[in-house]
Amino acid sequence: MLSTALNALHIALREIRRNVTRAFLTMLGIIIGVAAVITMVTLGQGTTKAVENQISSLGSNLLMLRPGAGFGPRQPNIPNFIESDVTAISEQIPGIAAIAPARGASMSTAYLQNARSTSVTGTTEDYFSINKWTLADGRFFNIADYRDGAAVCVIGNTVRKELFGSANPIGQKIRIGNASCEVIGLLAPKGQMGMGDQDDTIIVPLTTLQRRLTGHTGAHDITMISISAEDAASSDRMISEITSLMRQRRNLQPNQDNNFNVFDTRQIAETLSSSTRMMTMLLAAVAGVSLLVGGIGIMNIMLVSVTERTREIGIRLAIGARAREVLLQFLVEATTISCIGGLLGIALAVALCYGLGSLINVPVAFNPQINLVSFIFSAAVGILFGFTPARRAARLDPIDALRHE
Amino acid sequence: MLIQLRQLTKTYGTGDAAFQALRGIDLDINRGEFVAIMGHSGSGKSTLMNILGCLDTPTSGTYRYEDITVERLTADQRSILRRHALGFIFQGFNLLARTSTVENVEIPLLYRGLSRRERHEKALAAIASVGLADKLRNTPAELSGGQQQRVAIARAIVTEPSTLFADEPTGNLDTATTIEIMRLLTRLNAERGITVIMVTHEDDVAAHAKRIVRIKDGLIESDNIRS
Ligand SMILES: Nc1ncnc2c1ncn2[C@@H]1O[C@H](COP(=O)(O)OP(=O)(O)OP(=O)(O)O)[C@@H](O)[C@H]1O
Ligand SMILES: [Mg+2]
Repeated sequence: MLSTALNALHIALREIRRNVTRAFLTMLGIIIGVAAVITMVTLGQGTTKAVENQISSLGSNLLMLRPGAGFGPRQPNIPNFIESDVTAISEQIPGIAAIAPARGASMSTAYLQNARSTSVTGTTEDYFSINKWTLADGRFFNIADYRDGAAVCVIGNTVRKELFGSANPIGQKIRIGNASCEVIGLLAPKGQMGMGDQDDTIIVPLTTLQRRLTGHTGAHDITMISISAEDAASSDRMISEITSLMRQRRNLQPNQDNNFNVFDTRQIAETLSSSTRMMTMLLAAVAGVSLLVGGIGIMNIMLVSVTERTREIGIRLAIGARAREVLLQFLVEATTISCIGGLLGIALAVALCYGLGSLINVPVAFNPQINLVSFIFSAAVGILFGFTPARRAARLDPIDALRHE
Repeated sequence: MLIQLRQLTKTYGTGDAAFQALRGIDLDINRGEFVAIMGHSGSGKSTLMNILGCLDTPTSGTYRYEDITVERLTADQRSILRRHALGFIFQGFNLLARTSTVENVEIPLLYRGLSRRERHEKALAAIASVGLADKLRNTPAELSGGQQQRVAIARAIVTEPSTLFADEPTGNLDTATTIEIMRLLTRLNAERGITVIMVTHEDDVAAHAKRIVRIKDGLIESDNIRS
């Protein structure tokens, strides 16, 4: 029995070597199927994971208040907030743990010969804790820096990479717009958020932005107010209270729509996860199609070679092989080809995942279950299609197999 | 007695489409004979050969090979009989494509559990005896028809069968090559005592045999031992 099996292995490997092209074409179907499924699922899960990470990096009980309606780009002619809005909210709405006004501007920044344009946020020191920023190095700015409008800044990891490379940024002076600011803190990286890079940021005291960087101290210059609630449960209540307070402060008539919006992290999470769900479904559909294409490819090659293989079976039977010996040979052949194909498919998937993953900035975490399932599925298809015609042929009288056309 | 057929019939198809290709063959063949089976096209020669060679099964009648009742054998047992006692030569050669001469000749030995070296030595000896020692590495596509048939003969005799079946072995070959192949078969019959049973259309080819069996419409018409 063992020698029969070894013999079958020997003959099967010979046949594969003899028909490398046929073997490879068969494998191709399996390679495509396995690689597609693994790549799609891995990238889909990576994206979902990334989105979840970003949401949790926002903090659980964060509320944001922005001028304009919806999440979209800023609409023109809609007034920003003013500092007294911040004061009013913090005094009149119960349950606020911290509140921070922020003003954003895109400005050119430079250090030595490195220059780039970066989003600069002017805010208060509470902004860091509300938005869950932590330090990698140095310190945040404090009340004194805020009061003085000190020329200090805290930079994100992307800014550090682009301006400083591997050098230590702390204590260095960078140019922001026309002013020079000392880097006092480096933020721990947060990663991508939707299409934007959260780490491509410079945070300065609001007073510094107003007095030194933009030279603009107009009253309506707060573009976002971040609020952290004492507990997440009260965020619905706070949203409605802040909404009515702001409607009143912005003199909106009952027939006018809100020209600002308040939302919490849960809403962001819902928006993002519904879009990732869509994407995952799309990817799954594409993967299913490629698996189908792979299966059809395998079937095609098998059908094309069925005549030749049936005659081969006839020859082997005629010169004294038993049906089971021929079947074992075909089983070993189909299994070997399918497994090699499956392994190559996994290898291709790894390459694709890392390649595409770094291209579209998605973390890659392989799910052994998916690798196994798609491997087994494709191998099963390969073995089935490789083995079925052989089984039919080996049941024939040798002469009928030889006569097969 | 090596081969004994009694009232052997073969019917192809069923019902209205049924066709009786053999209608009751009685035939005895002794060890060491060289028999030519002749007859018109469609008379049932190939049908008879395939049954004799255990490649096909008869519809009724008995077939004894040595002391084995062939129609009682299972498919596997018939495989084993073919493996140890029977060799085949086909009109269309039936070599494995893309497979070298040595490898083609080695195939029957693969099913006999011989060591690699034994296989190789036996294959080389068989190839040498058909005069193809200089074509060991060539594939069928690189060989002439006569050379391919000689590879097929080497494959048939490498297992040292007691009987060799040849269905129009020279049907695809020219006259000169036909003579070569017939000399080879005659030599195998004379020197090794291999029983040779051969189907042919041509009197020239049949002339190499010691006995000629003529078949007509699925029945034996005549059976002559040449003097
Ligand atoms: N598989 C088959 N199914 C149905 N009929 C068949 C089959 N094989 C052979 N026949 C019929 O049986 C008869 C005998 O065929 P066979 O092949 O034995 O003839 P033959 O004597 O070898 O002829 P040839 O000299 O042309 O090779 C023919 O009429 C043929 O049509
Ligand atoms: Mg014939």
